Amino acid sequence: MAKVPVQFTLNGSETAEFIDSGSTLLHALRDKIGDTSPKGGCHQGTCGACSVIIDGELRLSCLTLAENCNGTAITTTSGLSEGGVLHPLQRAFLDAFASQCGFCTPGMIMAAKVLLDHTPNPSRDEVVQALSGNICRCTGYEPIIQAVLLAARANSQNAA
Amino acid sequence: MALALQTFSTLKDANAALQSAGTRYLGGGTLVVRAANEGDVSVTGLVRSTEPSLSTIDVSDGKARIGASVTMAAVARHAELGFLAGAARAVGGPAVRNMATVGGNLFAPTPYGDFAVALLALDATVTTEDGETPIDAFLAHRDVSRAIVTSVGFSVPQDGFRFLKVSRVKPKGVSVLSIAALVERAADGTIASARIALGCMADRPMRAKAAEMALVGANLTKEGIAPALAVATESTSPATDPIASAWYRNEVLPVHLGRLLLS
Amino acid sequence: MELRKNYFADVRKDDLHEIGQDRPRSDSPGHVTGKTSFFADRNFPGMLHLKMVRSPHHHARIRSIDTSEAEKHPGVARVLTAKDVPHNVYTILILIQVGPEDETVLADGKVRFKGEAVVAVLADTERAAQEAAAKVKVDYEVLPAVFDMEEALKPGAPLVNEYHGQNYYLYDSGECRKVRFGDVEAGFAEADHILEQSYQSSPIEHAPTETTGCVVAPAGNDRFTCYTNTQAMFFTLDNTSIILQMPGSKLHFVGGTVGGGFGGKVDVIVEPIAILGAKLTGRPVSFIYSREEEMQISSPRAAEKVVIKDGVMKDGRIVARKVTGYTDAGAYSRHSPYGAQKGAGHYPGPYTIPNVWIDTYCVYTNRTPSSAMRGFGVTIGDFALEVQMDKLARLIGMDPLEFRFINAYRDGDMKAHRQPTEGAALIECMQEASRAADWPVAEKYMAMSSYAKGA
Repeated sequence: MAKVPVQFTLNGSETAEFIDSGSTLLHALRDKIGDTSPKGGCHQGTCGACSVIIDGELRLSCLTLAENCNGTAITTTSGLSEGGVLHPLQRAFLDAFASQCGFCTPGMIMAAKVLLDHTPNPSRDEVVQALSGNICRCTGYEPIIQAVLLAARANSQNAA
Repeated sequence: MALALQTFSTLKDANAALQSAGTRYLGGGTLVVRAANEGDVSVTGLVRSTEPSLSTIDVSDGKARIGASVTMAAVARHAELGFLAGAARAVGGPAVRNMATVGGNLFAPTPYGDFAVALLALDATVTTEDGETPIDAFLAHRDVSRAIVTSVGFSVPQDGFRFLKVSRVKPKGVSVLSIAALVERAADGTIASARIALGCMADRPMRAKAAEMALVGANLTKEGIAPALAVATESTSPATDPIASAWYRNEVLPVHLGRLLLS
Repeated sequence: MELRKNYFADVRKDDLHEIGQDRPRSDSPGHVTGKTSFFADRNFPGMLHLKMVRSPHHHARIRSIDTSEAEKHPGVARVLTAKDVPHNVYTILILIQVGPEDETVLADGKVRFKGEAVVAVLADTERAAQEAAAKVKVDYEVLPAVFDMEEALKPGAPLVNEYHGQNYYLYDSGECRKVRFGDVEAGFAEADHILEQSYQSSPIEHAPTETTGCVVAPAGNDRFTCYTNTQAMFFTLDNTSIILQMPGSKLHFVGGTVGGGFGGKVDVIVEPIAILGAKLTGRPVSFIYSREEEMQISSPRAAEKVVIKDGVMKDGRIVARKVTGYTDAGAYSRHSPYGAQKGAGHYPGPYTIPNVWIDTYCVYTNRTPSSAMRGFGVTIGDFALEVQMDKLARLIGMDPLEFRFINAYRDGDMKAHRQPTEGAALIECMQEASRAADWPVAEKYMAMSSYAKGA
């Protein structure tokens, strides 16, 4: 079968791959490029485990075709920590016990990052809304909500 | 046959490609890619168009035109479509709203398609290369529709538009049902006309025509709307699915319709 | 967190240094950076994808299976049916001598629930496997199905599972697991009030975010490495060894990282057929449930029905309790005979009752086989028992918490299944709950202890 080329920036690095036409970004990232931080939990857009950030917007990589991402800038959770230093959200998820089995965590962090990028000091309700497309079956959500609020506070203290 | 995507700059070429068997138009992917992921092998080709007008919103002279590729998120943040923001935000979570399109929502099967319920209450027209079609007729024949939807258009209501989505999980859950209502009132305060659209009360959005008729001339009070609520479930054929049973949907519809009308 | 160290202070050294302290989880850094390796994060060159052809019927005889078109489909490496599985009829609890073997890896002659695995297709891509699976032709003769436990137990009900011969699990004690303690009829005769109530529950799906699955890679030396999200590693290894008739030394299982389990990943469902596929093709195999399969096919918590009849005195003592429990195993045993048995031991609840009669049935129906889930055999029973306790308290006009103090088991009490109570802490838990919930009880209950009666 004929392959089609895709090229985009992944976590700041120029990335190119040949894929089957019609295959998803989730498949390209995980099985071709080797970034397994986005997870496939439902492949139908309901769980949010595959969430990535494309050009600043939260997207579901399981429902996005890879070839429609040419020329975009993609961020995944594996690209957040720099030089071995955890991103404030990663630090907060760790400190606030917001991750139990860990399967929903990368998608949760993506959803939270988009929120904080646009709304540095969100209300609790804004956090709940921002995470509403991501399902967690272990924690009952409260530690995750608290982690996002914790990260926002840490950010504002650093900025002050 | 593996799945393959064809991208065209013009609608004409995309429409021509859609004439091949096994092809479907790719909007935001929330319906078509989902079906492919779930093993629906009947779809062998995906077609999309990058025609710019598909992604624009125009509001002028009391008329709105929303391109079919406009996302729920774009509707929700549009300054002049504030009355529709609630309906747009009723769709999915943030990521889905960044992807799901106005055109795609017209084809979403029950229990999805909350935004189309709002468009039905607004008496929208659906535009394809073949021309304009009233939304009632479009929805009735959507299963055999082949031409790409390019936009939806409607008159922007002054006021009187209401929308409600009922779900068990907050803030994001699949619909038990959804209701959109456009109620116009006469100078004396009685109801001059009403368009009520229901989601999840059939296999696609439907009108509550008996309730609409019963509302004309009525006062917008608990007593005034009682006759309309009594006939709210006329002609409904709701689904029984993991979200709710048909019985439950019929039982709670009058309750929620009453609350929405009196809100 | 506040620690109440006054409880049981005389039997416990006060040397707790870790309890009550925050400690980082060892796996959290991997989780938050996306580096934790789940089974599906393994990818191998030339890996095949397994898709299952499943029964569209709840109960049907298989007249014939035609895989010829599927085998010719581009990208298909192998199509597996029952005859390819070395030991096709199995039951997971055979490891602890709970038989008979009653379930097929791939259906042989009959399907007993909707979604049962019939034919496995292995292909280069998921898409090719899906397309080929759609070309498998299975000719079914649909049979009457039974979905209700009481209907299934009636004479003349459709026989669900021929390996049992009747629609219930035959324990060594007979048609049900039985507990007999004291004289329950004498207890009812002496009681001031009798209350009989029925409680029931529906199946509950665990819905883990990560679906059930495994990735298998041939190691090149007749060994197979199986990356799996099973919650029951050695259980799975041993059952796989039986099903494939392979020594355990040929099977290398790698797991421990599970994207949510809750008891839903203790059955041995994906590993044997995936390893068989890898063995017969010499290629790596990935078998991952779709979300729809996870919701429809994977074992849920069993539906249960619990009928409780209690005799209670005006002073609050329960003098007799008779419980009949039904556990809906679905079409196959899996863990349900054990779950129903657990219920028998549990049903008197944490209360000391002199006269107890328990019958628990493990019933077969044409529903999705049920299995483990968080306290299975106990959780639904506890719901029923505690609702019953509230109703009993209301019946005799007593505070529901005080009513429980009167009946609470304490060290030295003989339980209905004839294990003396030891290490009880129910009294102390209720005292703490009384304070925490600001639900005061009489001082005499706050002065009680689990140690001795009459304190």
